[in-house]
Amino acid sequence: MHDDPRPATLLPLPTATFHILMAVAGEDRHGYAIIQNVAARTGGAVRLSAGTLYRSIQRMLEQDLLTEVHDRPLPEDDDERRRYYRITELGTAVARAEARRLTALVRLAAASGFAPEQA
Amino acid sequence: MDLYRALLRCYPSSFRAEYGEEMVKIFAWRRREASSASVVIALWAEAFADVAVNASRVQWDVLAQDVRYTLRALGRARAFAFTAVLVAALGIGATTAAFSIADHVLVRPLPFPESDRLVKLWQDQTQRGFPRIEVSPANYLDWKRLATSFDGMAAYTTRSINLVGTGDPERLDAALVTPNLFNVLQVHARYGRTLASVDEAPNGTPVVVLSDGVWRAKFGADSGVLGRNIVLNDVAHTIVGVMPAGFEFPTRDVDVWTALQFRPSDLEDRNDLFLHVVARLGTGVTVDAAASQMRAIAAELEKQFRDNAQTSASLHLLRDQVSRQSRTLLLALVGAAMCMLLISCTNLANLLLARAFVRQKELAVRAALGAGWERLVRQTLTESLVLAALGGVAGVLLAVAATPLVARLVPTTMPIPDVPSVDLRMLAVAALVTIGTGVGFGVMPALRVMRNTDPSSLREGGRTGAGRSTERLRSALVVAEVSASVVLLVASGLLIKALWNVQGVNPGFRTENVLTLRTALPLPKYDSTEQRQQFYDRVIAGVRALPGVTNAAYTSALPMVMRGGIWAISLNGRAPEAGGDGAVSLRLATSGYFDTLGIQLLRGRDLSHADSTTSPFVAVVSESFARRHWPGENPIGREVFVALFNRTIVGVVSDIRVRGLEQESEPQVYVPSRQVPDGGLIFYHPKDLVVSASVPPSSLIPEVRQIIRKVDAQQPISDVRLMSDVVWAESAARRAQVRVLSGLAAVAFLLAAVGLHGLMTFVVSSRTREIGLRTALGAQPAEIVTMILRRGLYLAGVGVLFGMFLAYAAGRYLQSLLAGVSASDVPTFAAAVGLVVCMTLAGCLLPALRALRIDPLTAIRTE
Repeated sequence: MHDDPRPATLLPLPTATFHILMAVAGEDRHGYAIIQNVAARTGGAVRLSAGTLYRSIQRMLEQDLLTEVHDRPLPEDDDERRRYYRITELGTAVARAEARRLTALVRLAAASGFAPEQA
Repeated sequence: MDLYRALLRCYPSSFRAEYGEEMVKIFAWRRREASSASVVIALWAEAFADVAVNASRVQWDVLAQDVRYTLRALGRARAFAFTAVLVAALGIGATTAAFSIADHVLVRPLPFPESDRLVKLWQDQTQRGFPRIEVSPANYLDWKRLATSFDGMAAYTTRSINLVGTGDPERLDAALVTPNLFNVLQVHARYGRTLASVDEAPNGTPVVVLSDGVWRAKFGADSGVLGRNIVLNDVAHTIVGVMPAGFEFPTRDVDVWTALQFRPSDLEDRNDLFLHVVARLGTGVTVDAAASQMRAIAAELEKQFRDNAQTSASLHLLRDQVSRQSRTLLLALVGAAMCMLLISCTNLANLLLARAFVRQKELAVRAALGAGWERLVRQTLTESLVLAALGGVAGVLLAVAATPLVARLVPTTMPIPDVPSVDLRMLAVAALVTIGTGVGFGVMPALRVMRNTDPSSLREGGRTGAGRSTERLRSALVVAEVSASVVLLVASGLLIKALWNVQGVNPGFRTENVLTLRTALPLPKYDSTEQRQQFYDRVIAGVRALPGVTNAAYTSALPMVMRGGIWAISLNGRAPEAGGDGAVSLRLATSGYFDTLGIQLLRGRDLSHADSTTSPFVAVVSESFARRHWPGENPIGREVFVALFNRTIVGVVSDIRVRGLEQESEPQVYVPSRQVPDGGLIFYHPKDLVVSASVPPSSLIPEVRQIIRKVDAQQPISDVRLMSDVVWAESAARRAQVRVLSGLAAVAFLLAAVGLHGLMTFVVSSRTREIGLRTALGAQPAEIVTMILRRGLYLAGVGVLFGMFLAYAAGRYLQSLLAGVSASDVPTFAAAVGLVVCMTLAGCLLPALRALRIDPLTAIRTE
């Protein structure tokens, strides 16, 4: 378990922040790739604007949820003028904590009779 | 794409530099993917909305970050932040309060429509020593008939009257006015009407108009008060109107207005001077033109009537009624406030420069690490603005709190409210000056760091030119502060000395353990002299019988409370003509008056109860009267025509200060209260009871009240006070001046001390290396201390030199307020200089000690 007290203080996460964390969970991505990934994963329901994206990124860098990577991926994938972002340990912990928080919330909702439709 | 780039300029440049290119690229991709024109339009719409929302948020984020950073930084430098805020607040607060009040009294138009056309008219008897004297009814009516320069001319006088029928009998201040006064001033009643010409008719129903204050206090703000009857001086008056709040004419003491009626006898005697006259200049008529017409009219009347000998007419704007002393005082206050603002701003500048110097390294480091120009300026700007804003808020609070305190300096004789509102314009100006100073001196260092990319500024103890030039600038500022504080110290010192002078003046009568109160006997109930005398006799007998009372008497008026009551006398046995043989301060008194007030009987006898209209007419005169007319001779038995009769002098008493502690008084003449014909000398009817006691006089008040109630239950009692309070009140205005100015001087002095101390600390820390080197080379501690002190004393000396010149000029300007103290009073100057020297030594002490603790090895090694 992560014993850093910080994740709790950052919750609940803004939607855009959570989506960005999910987008960079598996691999480092640059800005446009993040927008595309989020759109793909949500079936086009969430389309981040450039402003929202970079404003979020700026803040996430400050909060140490993301880090900019300077060791490039494979040359053929690399657009050398791109900036790639990688999730930090803290970012992972925060994303987990947010997921836990939402799960607990859903459980409570279900107990109150607001059960989501069964898949 | 250029349009999109332009759009991105809405973001702070730091954000743009970081992410601008990425955002442009993303936008370009999307454009390429756009399949149709409608998609492109949608894309642009989205881009605009995106920038609008996110740019403002990013800006806000940066601002919040700056403010957080600033608060953190200021939190680390609490002493600096507190001092800066306090300094800004004092400057803004003091200046605003002073200007508000000066503007209120000297500049702002009176609260009447086109008030710059309102003038006051006087009889001008300059040749007899009275350039501005009240007007006789006959002259007023002639002026009004003959003058064409005015749209209207009105007259008024004030009188105390007794109100019966609304609870306890009470005394009110009434203005007796010609009904057209309200037209001349162009004011209207709040309820009902003002006075009309029908109210002037001698046999009409007497009517009264109430002031807002009386209407609220005595009639519970009842709008149904119109038509009700009240009894004023035993005559029923019908209330016909209530004036709006803020109408205070001629002074703010006035409670009611009634119609002034002239009796035929009023029109016979042109020496009966009691009317104040106001007029409204006709359209396009200048004050000078009106004045020359009035002089011509007066010259004509002078030819026609013997009483008008040596009598001209003068007029001036109603606005200019403020006495020269009040004007001087208020301007002095403004000057003092300007000094304060100057000191505040220089101090603030000094503080910020010192801080900037300390932070220079921090800024240089951040610049080296890539923080942009915009970012650093923004940061320092935020800090200056936060400080200025805090200082501004504190300054407003201070101004609001201080204005009522300085309001005591508003003369009571003006038709304006006593407490001015805080002047928002002035507040804005003071705030702007302070913020300007803050921003200027706050941002300049950041700009200098950016300009000066010399990496040596990063080195410990680096001696770029900045240290030297900052020190020079700061030295100049400290000199200015010291000068300004010397001016304020000397000015308040001179005023304090003047106050001592005034308080040291012997009034000539007993002030301790004397109780006084007023029973103004109403007419016509007490028309007869004997009837009044019975009232006096019964009250005095009752009071004298009280245990603890040593004596009691009645007089026309108390010295220093009533300063007028001047009468012309003649020594040729006939009624005085055209000024006679000089003017005296006339009083009617009962026997025992001199003993009660401790006025010494030097020759002859006291006034006696046996002096009546059937016995020889007598008078008691003061020493100066005897000396003036019969120097070196015995005046007893001589005759003087005064108070309607030729009287024999039976006694000589010591002089008293009738006109107050600061003015010479006319010689005094006292006549017996019974030697007055019925209906004569109404103004001089005794109304003030004086009681001397061997016990604390306040304890006698209930018993004295009871005695008066037993004699006449309808008789109101007013103005209960101690003679010591009357004399103390004499110097009240001076004490207020001294308090205000000394307060300012003390603050200025402290600020100058703060400035000097700050500078010397700065000098020591910026010369750490030099001092370390000197110590290493064998300099003795005494030499180091001398070096610091020399620097401090040099600056203080230059400041004192400038300050003394300015202070002397200020003292010359204040001369009329100084009660005989010279503007170049040596002890005052010496005290001020001494204080500044002490302040300099104290300010240098800590920095000098710090210099002594500098370890030469550490100081040099850091290089």
